[in-house]
Amino acid sequence: MATYSTNEFKNGLKFLMDGQPCSIVETTSVSPGKGQAFNRVRYRNLMTGRVLEKTFKSGEKVEAADVVDTDLQYLYADGDFWHFMDTETFDQYQAMEAAVADVTKWLIEQDMCTVTLFNGQPISVTPPKQITLEITDTDPGLKGDTAGTGGKPATLSTGAVVQVPLFVQIGEKVIVNTEKGEYISRAK
Amino acid sequence: MKPTTLKKRSQLFQQLRAFFYARSVIEVDTPMLSIAGVPDPHLQALTTQVEVLGQRDSLRYYLHTSPEYPMKRLLCQGSGDIFYLGKVFRQDMISPRHQVEFVMLEWYRLGFSMFELMAEVALLIQQAFSAGTNTDKKLHVEQLSYQQVFEKYAGIEDILSATAEQCRACLARHNIAEVVGVDMEDKALWEQLVLTEVIEPKLGTVGGELSITFVCHYPASQAALAKISSDNPDVAERFEVFVNGMELANGYHELEEAEHYRARFDASLQERKELGYPSVPIDENLLSTLAQQPLPNCSGVALGVDRLFALQQGFDNIRQGIAFGLQES
Repeated sequence: MATYSTNEFKNGLKFLMDGQPCSIVETTSVSPGKGQAFNRVRYRNLMTGRVLEKTFKSGEKVEAADVVDTDLQYLYADGDFWHFMDTETFDQYQAMEAAVADVTKWLIEQDMCTVTLFNGQPISVTPPKQITLEITDTDPGLKGDTAGTGGKPATLSTGAVVQVPLFVQIGEKVIVNTEKGEYISRAK
Repeated sequence: MKPTTLKKRSQLFQQLRAFFYARSVIEVDTPMLSIAGVPDPHLQALTTQVEVLGQRDSLRYYLHTSPEYPMKRLLCQGSGDIFYLGKVFRQDMISPRHQVEFVMLEWYRLGFSMFELMAEVALLIQQAFSAGTNTDKKLHVEQLSYQQVFEKYAGIEDILSATAEQCRACLARHNIAEVVGVDMEDKALWEQLVLTEVIEPKLGTVGGELSITFVCHYPASQAALAKISSDNPDVAERFEVFVNGMELANGYHELEEAEHYRARFDASLQERKELGYPSVPIDENLLSTLAQQPLPNCSGVALGVDRLFALQQGFDNIRQGIAFGLQES
């Protein structure tokens, strides 16, 4: 198994901690100058998303984690799994709910997503940054308000709820930012 | 780098030099290359190959990690009070507080006790700080012993007799992140972690205001090249200076005799061996000079100028005050 020594630590390095894949968020060398050097490492557990901190004695090693980001097409959900496909090899991947829980409301069939695989299994999914969805429900809003000064909640076809300007109506398509969960504009 | 920052850095250099010229301390420019290394296991020198007349193969030279050894040779030869202001090199990971090459101010004062030198260090930092911030407000000066800081900030009454377990419990009590790779019974390392993780971040501030905090009388085991205290064999005449949680300087009431130097060097080489670190040739030039004429009674200190400048300018990374860091050089 490949290992990384503390002097190889850098942001984004994927390693195993207690069997779980983790990614380094920040690493700082703690070198008092007259003593043993340590590395203070903040890292994200890629399974839980939690950010943790540990201090490694300089020269310690961690096991490398087989974690890769790959672009896969979202196919469909069958109630138990969310299915993705590599459009070049046609290999299919099944993601469990834990991997997609935060993003199911942004998943559109046929869309290309960035899927993080750990030992070949999807552990997290990042949908496209901007997607276009239809509004299925929203208050009719005020007539004549075209300046977009106010806002109202609107339910989109995937079930996501975003704040939209008052002039946007049911049946219209809107572009949303999936990272922030924000309305950007009406789709042309 | 902004031209205003460049100018302020230049003014700091000028001010530091003026401080010493006003006290008749002369500037020396000692060699940066030496055939000898520094035995301290935690200092890693850079090396370079130099072609020397009469030698078939080039020789390995060490870049100095501080100008200490040649300065001490000058002191033995009767230089009187001296200072060095210039670059030194230390192989270590770059961090907000460290660059591989950095500016060191090192000076030696004949006849000064550790406490007299501490007073001069405080004055120099105060002056640099008020010049940089354009205020007359003086930084408060505080002085604690190594044992006192453990008692005050870590709740460990007597660190010299404390156990590894007490140190570990202290780290847990202060919610310090889990430490990986340290033997449970390695008291020296757990003690170091209490110092760097729990205590040092709190040094150099008093009641929310910046202060100059001196920590003195380090344990004899961490004496480096400082004299052992004549009234307490457990502690050394060594001090460090902290401002805003950052170490700025490290000073000693200096060892004098060649045999003491050799004993400390041998102990460091032995420690290197135990840690599996490469050995280094010790400075025989220094030892033979000391053997002829021991170091005069003096105290010396090395101060990180990039850190002082960062403090003066309110930078949180010394890189902000340097024209080009290693990655841009």
